[in-house]
Amino acid sequence: MTIAFSNVTLGYDLHPAVHHLTLEIESGSMVALVGPNGAGKSTLLKGIMGQLQPLGGSISLGGLSNADIAYLPQLSQVDRSFPVTVKQMVSLGAWGQTGGFGRLKAEQAHAVEHALQQLGLKGFEKRMIDTLSGGQMQRVLFARLLLQKAELILLDEPFTGVDARTSEDLIAQIQRWKVAGKTIIAVLHDLAQVRRHFPKSLLLSRRAIAYGDTEGVLIEENLNKASQFNEAFDDHAEPCVMVGEH
Amino acid sequence: MFDMLAQPFFEFEFMRRALLGCLAISVSAAPVGVFLMLRRMSLTGDAMAHAILPGAAIGFLVAGLSTEAMTIGGIVAGCLVALLSGLVSRSTEVAEDSSMAAFYLISLALGVLIISVKGSQVDLLHVLFGSALALDNDALVLLISISTVSLAVMAVIFRPLVVECVDRQFLQSVSGLSPVAHLSFLVLVVLNLVGGFNALGTLMSVGMMILPAAMMRYWLRELDALLIGAIISAIVACLLGLLASYHFAWPSGPAIILSLGLGYVLSFIFGANGGLVSKLTRRKKHLSA
Repeated sequence: MTIAFSNVTLGYDLHPAVHHLTLEIESGSMVALVGPNGAGKSTLLKGIMGQLQPLGGSISLGGLSNADIAYLPQLSQVDRSFPVTVKQMVSLGAWGQTGGFGRLKAEQAHAVEHALQQLGLKGFEKRMIDTLSGGQMQRVLFARLLLQKAELILLDEPFTGVDARTSEDLIAQIQRWKVAGKTIIAVLHDLAQVRRHFPKSLLLSRRAIAYGDTEGVLIEENLNKASQFNEAFDDHAEPCVMVGEH
Repeated sequence: MFDMLAQPFFEFEFMRRALLGCLAISVSAAPVGVFLMLRRMSLTGDAMAHAILPGAAIGFLVAGLSTEAMTIGGIVAGCLVALLSGLVSRSTEVAEDSSMAAFYLISLALGVLIISVKGSQVDLLHVLFGSALALDNDALVLLISISTVSLAVMAVIFRPLVVECVDRQFLQSVSGLSPVAHLSFLVLVVLNLVGGFNALGTLMSVGMMILPAAMMRYWLRELDALLIGAIISAIVACLLGLLASYHFAWPSGPAIILSLGLGYVLSFIFGANGGLVSKLTRRKKHLSA
């Protein structure tokens, strides 16, 4: 189930957020998605999930369906003032089995307990999510991911607003997924953290600046290039023509 | 005491009808209001009430004081505004509140225009303020049907709707139900407003949604509790409002909404969950864990 991008352009209103992306992410790899703000990182995740149709090119998921993909939204996208409990939130991870209407079977209820345990959320089951700290909330979202039993895990800024101890625990969970053979793609900002934990990186700045082993990708030259290519949208820009395209 | 509270309902059929109608609205509109409040869409309810008015008025012009015509007109106008603004905001990245405002203003202006061109001396007071004390059989059947349908739909879309509120991106990543949940919810808002206007009038029926929910937020935290609490407070307010209406010869719609309003004011003063008094008298010592 190699994920293959061939000349993919993703964007809004014909403005490319990412363009002419051609690369392959092998099954079981653990890839950090790095780049400046507005580089198209979240957009790329949406493209992989099929929420955004490419303006050009194609994305092949090598036979994965939507049910095989689990997605961690940015923490800021969750309305934490809404009155649901930790346990209810985590149980949503079983959506693939229960659907929008079915009930939680004993086996799934057990899986919920296990996920809560694994992420250190025992005793928090009945807490409302508006009483949680950023780190605790991120544990809840990870427990939900754990329950989804997906093959491809997409994480959008999993460590933003999270303390060091929680980061360590969450990284340990990501390592467990890797050992289990899952493919992980994570949007990250902390380069030191990427170097420590992620074997592969994709440096993105509206286009792929570099992709491969992290130490080879995150070098001074590439990082400079990344900040330079991060152009603003221009309504009067010429239509984009890539060399060799007609 | 008993005479004052129960005798009107035993003695007069119109009081029993009014009570039945109001109970039906309470049971279905209050839970819808809880979701409106939690999604910070309370004012959307108000906008929808205005969007319905012209549809009901056109029905009134075409068929006279016919419950069916006004109801159909109201539902059509309301659903059109809800669906169009939902679709427009989802397909153009414009925030929903602005497209909603645009469409309800168009609807309202169109309604006012049609009525003035027709030039008839239409008594729209009934549509504006309703009358719980004059519900006929048709209106009662309609109210109870709407209430039943609304509860059933709410039960079916409950989980997708909650997830749509909390974490829309997650819902979109696991299923295609996000727009279904959102649009069905808007249709529920319309149905309940239309159901409410026969008894309370278009402008008052929105109060039946928002006030019970706003009141209960000062007492309860959990969603299930909020939903049930809102229904109970709506029912109690209906009883009090109808009795006040009977004893003091007040119009029933405003009497019911003002009972809710009184409950709301008391709640934000005395409510255990963030009310004024609880903030002022909060224990100085916090718990050890």
